[in-house]
Amino acid sequence: MATAEKLTIPVREGVTLPIFMDNHSTSAVDPRVVHAMLPYFTQHFGNAASRNHSFGWTAEAAVEHARTQIATLLGGDGKEIVLTSGATESNNLALKGAASFLKKQGNHIITVETEHKSVLDTCKRLQREGFEVTYLRPAKDGLVTPEQVVLAMTDKTIVVSIMWANNEIGVVQPIEAIGAAIKQRNPKCLFHTDAVQAFGKIPIDVEKAKVDLAAVTAHKVYGPKGVGALWVRRKPRVRIDPIIDGGGHERGMRSGTLAVPMIVGFGKAAELANEEMADEAIRLRSMRERLHRGITAKLTETYVNGSMEHRLPGNLNISFAFVEGESLLMALKDVAVSSGSACTSASLEPSYVLRALGVGDELAHTSIRFGLGRFNTDAEVDYVIDIVAKSVERLRSLSPLWEMHQDGIDINSIQWTPH
Amino acid sequence: MAYSDKVIDHYENPRNVGTFKTEGVSTDEVGMGLVGAPACGDVMRLEIRVKDGLIADAKFKTFGCGSAIASSSLATEMIKGMTLDQAAKISNTQIVEELNLPPVKIHCSVLAEDAIKAAIEDYKKKHAK
Repeated sequence: MATAEKLTIPVREGVTLPIFMDNHSTSAVDPRVVHAMLPYFTQHFGNAASRNHSFGWTAEAAVEHARTQIATLLGGDGKEIVLTSGATESNNLALKGAASFLKKQGNHIITVETEHKSVLDTCKRLQREGFEVTYLRPAKDGLVTPEQVVLAMTDKTIVVSIMWANNEIGVVQPIEAIGAAIKQRNPKCLFHTDAVQAFGKIPIDVEKAKVDLAAVTAHKVYGPKGVGALWVRRKPRVRIDPIIDGGGHERGMRSGTLAVPMIVGFGKAAELANEEMADEAIRLRSMRERLHRGITAKLTETYVNGSMEHRLPGNLNISFAFVEGESLLMALKDVAVSSGSACTSASLEPSYVLRALGVGDELAHTSIRFGLGRFNTDAEVDYVIDIVAKSVERLRSLSPLWEMHQDGIDINSIQWTPH
Repeated sequence: MAYSDKVIDHYENPRNVGTFKTEGVSTDEVGMGLVGAPACGDVMRLEIRVKDGLIADAKFKTFGCGSAIASSSLATEMIKGMTLDQAAKISNTQIVEELNLPPVKIHCSVLAEDAIKAAIEDYKKKHAK
């Protein structure tokens, strides 16, 4: 009975399993952030909206401080921060709020096929309500151009929404150039950006980029889950309708009691990112290059998805031809990463981001996303290189497609019988 | 939702991986079923070696998720020793039960059933005259 060899990789010094390399999905809360949050649970637990006693004043002061910490990382002012439950809510607020407020000005929205679902699904809802939406297709490297955006604009365009950096392929859009182009074409058209993956990873300046609305979240930048923000320009003043009513908090844009400890944590995380971003980016880029080099030194037929040049420092989205993504994730059982394969999604659809790039379905099914972060180390990268290489080799020995490739058969020439 | 133990077992200890091509077996004795498509993320190749009307041996190779690998590995185990008619009666639900496949992975077992039938069909075609 033929069996394949059992895989044992020695665990090096400094490596504890399981290893987390999925920092685009979420990140560990930095212990310094936890430390900053704790007093606000049992000591300074006041409601920030309580105007008449010290518990409220203390909470309010902490929140105001956090607003400044968050805004500084964006290049804006604390007064421009609207606090929410997360970026999904921020994106909903930005698009629905702008569409509702500006519907007399126009009914056209522009976005990109590769946006996060919180933008795409919100746009679909707006379409059902009578708005027209153009979904731009990026080039093979994942980038959209300012010319593309302007070409799609009409006098009825009220919002353009383009993410600063993509969560799957890490590609960074030319936001400054796009902002300049939008405003030149029509200064009354709003520019919204989902800045979740870029915030705290690369420099963001909403002033220079002529952005009007920017969504961010805490849990991608070593802060807690459950809190985010929408930066809303005040000069010139951008107005949007709220999507949550009840008390008029956040200048009428988002009612609801503020989650003070979470916000304090968000602020602290932003402050740390501001201080450490430059050095961290160098470190992450070097680890990412180490990972990529290590993989390509041991394996053939690997393909990086998206532009390598305009990319977040910690992201590596790479396809391993002839090996399906979910089976590779199963093999990497002590390493947390994710895949664009259909088999890993509840809907059994492969990654729509890779599809939009024109990456064929075969390569989409074989893609793995590595997201390196603050707490990863070179020793972990070396362990991962080893286990990835050995697992891919093993799975290729099980793969009829790899065998055909070795035999020089052109897989595209075969008549497949899909089910 | 973590992977089921049985699926993990078949991944770590897959049964009957390979092809008869490299074992010097006469192609007369072999039936080969190739089902699925790379674009779908699922391709199974199942080969049977028939002697005296019985499936004496079986081999597989699969491009697909853990459940697909496990389904095809299990299929090769199930059909060994069966006649062609018996093997053709194997239904995907037997594979689902044995591996505890969740609803979202049932289609992997269906593909394995298709692979068995395709291998049998191929063998029969060769010996139709």
